[in-house]
Amino acid sequence: MVRLALIGLGKMGISHLAILNSHPDVKLVAVCDTNAYVSSTLNKYTGITVSSDYRQVLAQGDLDAVVIATPPRFHGEMVRAALDRNLHVFCEKPFCLDPNEGAELAALAQARGLVNQVGYHYRFVGAFKEAKRLVTAGVLGRIHHVRTEAYGPVILRPKGASWRGQKSEGGGCLHDYASHALDLLTYLVGTPDHVGGSVLNRIFSQDVEDETYATLYFPDGMTGQLSANWSDESYRKLSTKVSIWGTNGVLSVDRQEVRLFLRDNLNGDRTLNDGWNIVYTTELTDPVWYYLRGEEYSAQIDHFVGCIETKQPETISPFVSAVATDRIMAMMLEDADAGMKLTTRRRPQQDRTIARRPGILRRMKALLV
Amino acid sequence: MDSIQTTVALERVLLGDNQFFGVNHMSEDKARAQFIRFRDDSSIIEVLDSAYEAGVRVFMCTTHERVAAICNHVRSNPDRYKGFQFYPCMPYAHKYADAVTEHGMIGALKRFLPEQGALSALFKGGMSIATKDMEGIAQLLIDAEMKMFAGLSTPVIFLQNVVTDLLLGLGFGKAFRMFADHVTRSYGAEPGFITMNMPRLLDVLEKEGISNPIICASINKKGFRMCGGVKVYEDTIATRKFRPVAMSVLASGAIPPREAIEYVCGQKEILSIVFGASSRANIVETKRLIDEMTYQG
Repeated sequence: MVRLALIGLGKMGISHLAILNSHPDVKLVAVCDTNAYVSSTLNKYTGITVSSDYRQVLAQGDLDAVVIATPPRFHGEMVRAALDRNLHVFCEKPFCLDPNEGAELAALAQARGLVNQVGYHYRFVGAFKEAKRLVTAGVLGRIHHVRTEAYGPVILRPKGASWRGQKSEGGGCLHDYASHALDLLTYLVGTPDHVGGSVLNRIFSQDVEDETYATLYFPDGMTGQLSANWSDESYRKLSTKVSIWGTNGVLSVDRQEVRLFLRDNLNGDRTLNDGWNIVYTTELTDPVWYYLRGEEYSAQIDHFVGCIETKQPETISPFVSAVATDRIMAMMLEDADAGMKLTTRRRPQQDRTIARRPGILRRMKALLV
Repeated sequence: MDSIQTTVALERVLLGDNQFFGVNHMSEDKARAQFIRFRDDSSIIEVLDSAYEAGVRVFMCTTHERVAAICNHVRSNPDRYKGFQFYPCMPYAHKYADAVTEHGMIGALKRFLPEQGALSALFKGGMSIATKDMEGIAQLLIDAEMKMFAGLSTPVIFLQNVVTDLLLGLGFGKAFRMFADHVTRSYGAEPGFITMNMPRLLDVLEKEGISNPIICASINKKGFRMCGGVKVYEDTIATRKFRPVAMSVLASGAIPPREAIEYVCGQKEILSIVFGASSRANIVETKRLIDEMTYQG
């Protein structure tokens, strides 16, 4: 039985709570959130006790591990506090806003032999796992270009009060959406060593970017492109896709299917044909003990718990690979900054967003609560 | 203890709505193509008409905003849709999830409580939030979702799986009772529960005194989205008292129709089958297969 604490009861935290609460090998010892309303409502209806001081939670002696699901700004401090107490750590994505801090924490976790994982759940989606298997087997030949994309409907109008709209909290399309696309990129083909042409545009938000694009350069000459937009209502929910071009074929993968075009089945893999090969998620999905929103959310937690039980510190989504993703994002921010200085006069749309006063109804309602 | 009346005769064949709103568990491209194909309400109505002609009498649909237009159409043509029923499934979860992402937990809640002119509802909503009265909040949210069905027949009202399974995981079993009580009292309907965790949910519903519940779950021979596995599902269906409605019967197309329907119809305790189809030919063929296998005895 793994004794575990959960910190943060936002959207992901609540989802983790339901998953942890139903895991047969997990004993949820403590839950922590600073929002008194959410905490006391949860307590009133489920009996779960929620405390507001995470340090107190970590200080209680009977813990094995912690799941951290707070806004990114707090990750560094909380992860360090947990590692200092020799706790295994699952931290939500993105890992750390400062990649140097992230690298220190990755080294610390490794030195202490602690299980460490970041919540990049796409790595647990059957289709992306299959893509990884195919790429690792070398079926594409020499890979020369990759495109990674993430689109969805998060910010569709110029308002919103969540931390996701605040840069200082770690909000924005880059850290929220593009991080998934970049993590899949590092998972499938490795890490670029520099970036160019980075764009971070606002569409509706006042403090953060709503779309981001970049060209990615890899050490071996391979190139890539990132494209992410969280203000695209034509998608029903976050949709992430990676396309990979190699000398021997093309692979395109999203959470539902893998589409592989092979020029020549060089590896002699009997499951593959020359030409088109299509595999659907229904064929690739491993069952889970409890389902909420997608098998991958349960699978990643199960993997974390399993690694603790078997004393295997190497996870499928370790801190060290999340730091690589954080570094790409830091490079993009720097690159975009430099680009903006050159083109400031051509970017008038940055100042067009006008703050709207709350409506009378909203102000009345605010008085009621 | 048990205030739920178990009188509704569930229809055998139900038309689902995933295909209309860009949901396909197998292919995002296919989902998108369907979403585009059904961009006009008239194209959805055309499919509904095909289903009606084929003898399907129930549209089991989410409370997606576009369903409101379908409701208007059916309401305006009562003679054409005699005996036609809706089984609403609420809430359409993405609008809530997106609102939480955009406005935070409390902000999202406030957005969905009724606004238009109803000062009393506003006050009740405000008070419910202030006193953490989840039952009051839930009732207002259910009423808001049910508005589009006013005047139409809705004998069964389902709680969507995202919400059912979240509450199940959190251990908030009382919420199922609140939902059941409100739809029974205010709408004269029976509560239904959609889930991917059927055996676990049945335990909790029984504990809450909701006996012989209507549970809609993925049931297919591949075990797709069946938490606990095929064997546990088969045993639960065969031995326990509840009214199963099968969905994801084709596992999003991974199982050939005849084989898929044969498997479900082979379990006599399964009362209803919900399926999504976009063409007249598919609807007619699926309905024919279900009828054929059902009456085989």
